[in-house]
Amino acid sequence: MLENIIVFVLAAFVGREVISKVPQTLHTPLMSGSNAISGITVVGALVVAGMVEGSPWATWIGFAALVFATVNVVGGFLVTDRMLQMFKKKG
Amino acid sequence: MNIIAIVDVAYLVAAILFISGLKQLTSPATARRGNQLAAVGMLIAVVATLFVKDILTPAEMLGGLVLGTGIGVLLAKRVEMTGMPELVAAFNGFGGIASALVAGAEISRLIADGEPLGAASAVTIALSVLIGMITFTGSFVAFGKLSGRINGNPISFPGMRFITVLAAAAAIGAAVWMALESGAFPAQPDGVIDGALAVTIAAFALGILLVIPIGGADMPVVVALLNSYSGLAASATGFVLDNTALIVSGALVGASGLILTNIMCVAMNRSLLNVLVGGFGGDSATAIEGTKSMEGKTATSTSADDTAILLAYAEKVIVVPGYGMAVAQAQHAVREMGDELEKRGVTVKYAIHPVAGRMPGHMNVLLAEANVSYDLLFEMDDINGEFDTCDVAIVIGANDVVNPSARHDKSSPIYGMPILNVDKARTSIVLKRSMRPGYAGVQNELFFNHNNRMLFGDAKASITAVVNELKAMD
Repeated sequence: MLENIIVFVLAAFVGREVISKVPQTLHTPLMSGSNAISGITVVGALVVAGMVEGSPWATWIGFAALVFATVNVVGGFLVTDRMLQMFKKKG
Repeated sequence: MNIIAIVDVAYLVAAILFISGLKQLTSPATARRGNQLAAVGMLIAVVATLFVKDILTPAEMLGGLVLGTGIGVLLAKRVEMTGMPELVAAFNGFGGIASALVAGAEISRLIADGEPLGAASAVTIALSVLIGMITFTGSFVAFGKLSGRINGNPISFPGMRFITVLAAAAAIGAAVWMALESGAFPAQPDGVIDGALAVTIAAFALGILLVIPIGGADMPVVVALLNSYSGLAASATGFVLDNTALIVSGALVGASGLILTNIMCVAMNRSLLNVLVGGFGGDSATAIEGTKSMEGKTATSTSADDTAILLAYAEKVIVVPGYGMAVAQAQHAVREMGDELEKRGVTVKYAIHPVAGRMPGHMNVLLAEANVSYDLLFEMDDINGEFDTCDVAIVIGANDVVNPSARHDKSSPIYGMPILNVDKARTSIVLKRSMRPGYAGVQNELFFNHNNRMLFGDAKASITAVVNELKAMD
């Protein structure tokens, strides 16, 4: 548990350092892109739903989580890409 | 190297890719690659989990991935750029419910496998469900408000605050109950299950109760905050599953959302608490009727052809877009106007207030969609000094963010909010449908300045008319 808390705090600091340098013009893609990253829950869903035997509950709740998280991940990265390809510098 | 170590290395690689991806988002030139890098990181994490870990039902899991991918692709391809705020809100919600569901499924798994549950783990499960569900219902209320399916005005009813506090207390109580009952788990799991259901119900209500009292134009703050919550929910789930990939990624997103939330609050000179308590403004301004005069001064209106002449003979024009541009879908017409002016040798720049629109960076995305070069888009602090030297500042559907009373009128609800110095321009032109006040419900002093002109009408129609006049001048 302590180890996890240390990892969490360090990651939060790294996040703060990196993200505070993102310019205002990219804040919408930052939100949708980071939102896609939070869809990492997809890994959790795979572990819970895919590695249990004899618990239909765990399998089906996990399956629902898997679908939601995948929508979040795929939709999030795609829509961010769609936005970012529009940011062009002329000339 | 054993199997577990391979998966851990894959997660580490994924985390590194997420961080480098986010780092590349610091410049529009590298941002697209950054996003793709993060996506590759995600793919590695998923593939490693799917093929290296002992997945017992790979077919079902693949099915879930394919189904989710299909829905995700459909939503991402179909959305209009003006609909981006509500789509991001919806995705936040999906992330939140996924986290809550994973925590719930973990309880079932522990029962099935006959594993015990420590008090600390019970609390992390409660936390994961709590944050996840609040993110879910909160995001969908925000989605409703942003897409106009729910009234954008602050909604409240008698006793709402009391019920909110009650729901929060119930959630905490249920979490404590889960910790107390964790000793009897998994032999007698009912206590933990009931506790988790109670947390779910309380959090479901809390998410709704926390977002409905907040007005439509405060949604940028709410969406940013929910973005942060969706990250924290993933992190909490990581604690539940003892999974570093989730903890790290969730923390990154949590930090990102908080930074954006803070930027939005500073840009409105309001505390986060003040925003969350709600009741501030609405989509349609409330009490004050729009008047054409203020303190003896009268607003002067102008026409599209006069505007075109003014713009054509200017040396420097600053365009100030706001939510009204998004509503009228006027971004393409605005770009056309910019092109016409540049052809005539006019310098055109765009000044973007941090809270213009319905989400952070909303205006930038719309203008990028319309093909405006991103080096012409300026942040408030970088351009505010230039209004003195510009001939015409043209305000398209923005209001409170250009109201000079924010500087000196201590009685104004927007006093102290940093604004764009449109009033310092030689001439300012405000495009608006009527004299109705903006979100904050206060009349805008700018409109009554002697060097300000009002161009009434739908923003898109007005700009198109100006463009036609400009073309006719050749």
